Amino acid sequence: MSDDSLQSSNYDIPPEMQGTVSITSLDKVYAWSRKNSMWPMMFGLACCAIEMVVLAASRFDIARFGMEVMRPSPRQSDFLIVSGTVTKKMVPQIVRLYNQMPEPKYVVAMGACASGGGPFKEGYSVVSGIDKFIPVDVYIPGCPPTPQALMNGLIALTKKVDKERIKTSKWYSKGAEAAVPVPVLGPDLMDPRKYALIYEQTHRPIEPEIPAETEQKEG
Amino acid sequence: MSEEQITVVQIPDISLQYEGRVVKDARVGYSGFIVGAEHLLEIVQSLRDELGFDYLSSVTGVDYLPEGKMEVVYHLYRSIGGPALVLKVQVPRDEAVVPSLYHLFKSADWQEREAWDLLGIRFEGHPDLRRILTWEGFAGHPLRKDWKEPYFEEETKPFKSRWPEGITGHIEDKNPFHDNVQYPDGFDPETWVPQAEEALYTSAKKIGRDAELHTDTIVVNLGPQHPSTHGVFRMVAALDGEQVVFLKPVMGYLHRNHEKIGERNTYLQNMPFTDRLDYVSSMSNNFGYALAVEKLMGIKPPERADYIRVMMAELTRWMNHVFSFGFLWNDLGSYFTPMIYALEERELVLDIFEAVSGSRMMCNYFRFGGVARDLPVGVLDRVKELVFERMPRRLDDIDKMLTTNEIVRNRCIGCGVLTAEQAINNGASGPNLRASGVPYDIRRADPYSIYDRLDFDVVVHYHGDVYDRYLTRLDEARQSNRILQQVVRDIPEGPIMTGKPAYQVRVPAGDAYGRVEGPKGELGFYIVSTGKPNPWRYHVRAPSFINLTSLEDMCRGGKIADVVLNLGAVDIVLGEVDR
Amino acid sequence: MTGKGFLRMLLGVFKRFVMTYVEDFRKGKKRYYTKEGIESRRKADVQGIFTIQYPEEKLPVPEEFRFLPFLVYDEGPNGEKDLRCTSCGICAKVCPPQCISIVRTNDPVTGKPIPQPKEFYIDVDICMNCGLCAEYCPFDAIKMDHDYEIASYSRQNNIYDIERLAKPVSYYAGIRPTNYAAEEIARQEKEALKAAAKKSATAESAG
Repeated sequence: MSDDSLQSSNYDIPPEMQGTVSITSLDKVYAWSRKNSMWPMMFGLACCAIEMVVLAASRFDIARFGMEVMRPSPRQSDFLIVSGTVTKKMVPQIVRLYNQMPEPKYVVAMGACASGGGPFKEGYSVVSGIDKFIPVDVYIPGCPPTPQALMNGLIALTKKVDKERIKTSKWYSKGAEAAVPVPVLGPDLMDPRKYALIYEQTHRPIEPEIPAETEQKEG
Repeated sequence: MSEEQITVVQIPDISLQYEGRVVKDARVGYSGFIVGAEHLLEIVQSLRDELGFDYLSSVTGVDYLPEGKMEVVYHLYRSIGGPALVLKVQVPRDEAVVPSLYHLFKSADWQEREAWDLLGIRFEGHPDLRRILTWEGFAGHPLRKDWKEPYFEEETKPFKSRWPEGITGHIEDKNPFHDNVQYPDGFDPETWVPQAEEALYTSAKKIGRDAELHTDTIVVNLGPQHPSTHGVFRMVAALDGEQVVFLKPVMGYLHRNHEKIGERNTYLQNMPFTDRLDYVSSMSNNFGYALAVEKLMGIKPPERADYIRVMMAELTRWMNHVFSFGFLWNDLGSYFTPMIYALEERELVLDIFEAVSGSRMMCNYFRFGGVARDLPVGVLDRVKELVFERMPRRLDDIDKMLTTNEIVRNRCIGCGVLTAEQAINNGASGPNLRASGVPYDIRRADPYSIYDRLDFDVVVHYHGDVYDRYLTRLDEARQSNRILQQVVRDIPEGPIMTGKPAYQVRVPAGDAYGRVEGPKGELGFYIVSTGKPNPWRYHVRAPSFINLTSLEDMCRGGKIADVVLNLGAVDIVLGEVDR
Repeated sequence: MTGKGFLRMLLGVFKRFVMTYVEDFRKGKKRYYTKEGIESRRKADVQGIFTIQYPEEKLPVPEEFRFLPFLVYDEGPNGEKDLRCTSCGICAKVCPPQCISIVRTNDPVTGKPIPQPKEFYIDVDICMNCGLCAEYCPFDAIKMDHDYEIASYSRQNNIYDIERLAKPVSYYAGIRPTNYAAEEIARQEKEALKAAAKKSATAESAG
């Protein structure tokens, strides 16, 4: 590796350290050690949380992947397993927890509910997938995924971590990532990113229903 | 004994006693009595004090949109046993105001709040009528029949768009906000001031202040993300030093519109949804729902199916109680080891559930008039091995390790005391009620299925503290074991289903309340049918939810460290609390 | 004596700890990574280490195990795929969260429906794995899969289409041998009955 590539804009080596530090194959060791000690956050939501607890118990035992240290505090955890139905009342808290996690951080959407709303999607107080609010790395289908299915997902996550390189990974590039805006509970859930849209939709005369109906059929 | 006999013998015709104020519900298929809203308080008081109906089990509302009426349904029991006395109050829909029973029965507290939240029935005289499952500021009352959710497609399932045109794609793409939200017209997000939970915190701050010493209380907020709350549950506690002087649970963080979805679903479609109520013991939920619908349909499962049902329900109870010991240990501070022991036993039971029903947790095994499929080959032998060998041995192990353990005794004895009067008044059920000295077990008080011919004891302990709750569960697990031994011994051969399996059942019009003694307590399903394929009203009387009413009584005066212990000993599952 | 109960608990924990080794010594290497080993670790008299070393060894799922639904097709002699589904729509009607949507094929000439699905979608982000579709399918055309290892990095393709759902009948026979055998017998009986009825009908019309 040439010196130039080490000075590329992707990472920030302070001037006094230039020429003294290098990130080469150490990178791989770093990724390897990181993938073997991922600490999940102890955060259960619904039915899937029971399967998550089971995963930590003796039959499936995630200690084999270095994940047994379930941290109740987001500040000490590497990834968040969104284990269950995400309700509108709970979304602000989840986003806040995500913002509090130190980088690099990952999110696993466990089960149909967390991935896309699940069987409760049609209801009025369930959001259709946590990925509308925070970025999700691995999706695990199933309702609930069996512990082995969950483990399969976690292995997929470790594979992803293993592939990450300091140079290319977004966690180590310049500039801190902005915090995800926390939704607010109003007459319904309000995502700050959609304020303009909400205003536009609520301050517009309601369209007659019939054209919308035909459009649906075509779709 | 036929059901009619019981009704004639034990439920008095109160329309004679309170003539002019109470009339029989004359609608075909319905049962109970209709009371005028203005007479409700005096009649309920008289029923409680003179006729002994001292246990208000369920309060719920039904929206009769075509008639323009709102009905509030009360289920009252005698704590010595017997069937329910059903009272109904009808009020106009636009002005739904009913006197609150809060001061007669504390169990009405949260159920009335829920009816206000979801149906918009105002309870006059309720001291704290706030929203409970949704949040303050939420627009509308979602269980009203004219309230439409943002993803509304059709009134009832099956939706016509799925077949034969087969419209597919993400439904959120059809919503203007690309998410299932809706806002009132003219709503401006920029000027919206979120309704803070000031009311909750100020009331917490007011209590327990000592004017003389000028001390202040500290308000502590536990949850919804807290490792010891067993899910997304939140409590606001006011502390005087270390002592809890005020505690208000806040819930709804897992409110999944179970009842709204249940009213769109056909009867059979609700079965897998009931699994997700108390997701630790799904077989019991299936049981309660199947019983309620069977009551309406007037069918009974064949003998073998009844045995299989009881077997599954008791395995569930055993598993649930063992799980709760694990949690008890965990809450006492022994980090994860005991949980692992409990989960190991649970896994073995789950293996049986998986072999029988196909899924570890979401069994979806019961059908109306039977069960989904017969026991696969070899399962009965495995159950036998468990119930005769492993389960008694493991219970003895737990007994040895916990019952005389000084840490357990010091922490649990005298902690979170609930007296018998309080327990009955708060509508506590299951082990929580029996630990307070009330021998009320639905399997004996109002027998269903084959429990009347099984030999088991109703466990009762008298101190009403956490330790007695633990002992009650332990003894109950032993009784479950005893029932299981009888069941696997006597299980007959034969059909497992009455009639042909059908994906749409015909349910005659009427109302029914089916209840079972779930592991957590009385699990009831109140169903109103109009004769259509979908229930008109589908209400779940969730034991965890109503047991939590007692939490404040248990915690007040105790130390903050014991709150976690008390909560664990109530044994809640959030899926059921919030539904 | 104070502390006796506590010591008893510690003893219980210690006993468990010791038993893990005893069991390993007694059974030796056979206890891990073999079929019998896994079976012995899920029996009622199991003691010692209970862990299944996923992914090297997997806990076998029972026949009734259900995860996501799939469509069964019969394999023709020339490798053609003949879906059993007749697009009758019962699965779409019975599905509790309504995650199945089917497009029926219509005959281009007469406009009458042909018993074959044109499109068949299942949204796995909604599916609740309840198995009602498989239970009430009159043609044994939709069944519940055993494959649970389907975690992915994106959910763009989580509405499964007919290509992704269709699996051969041999696969079905492999994962659910008992059910398959029972269904085959029922089917043959039905066909025999049909044939007999046809025979008698032709005999009658002839006579």
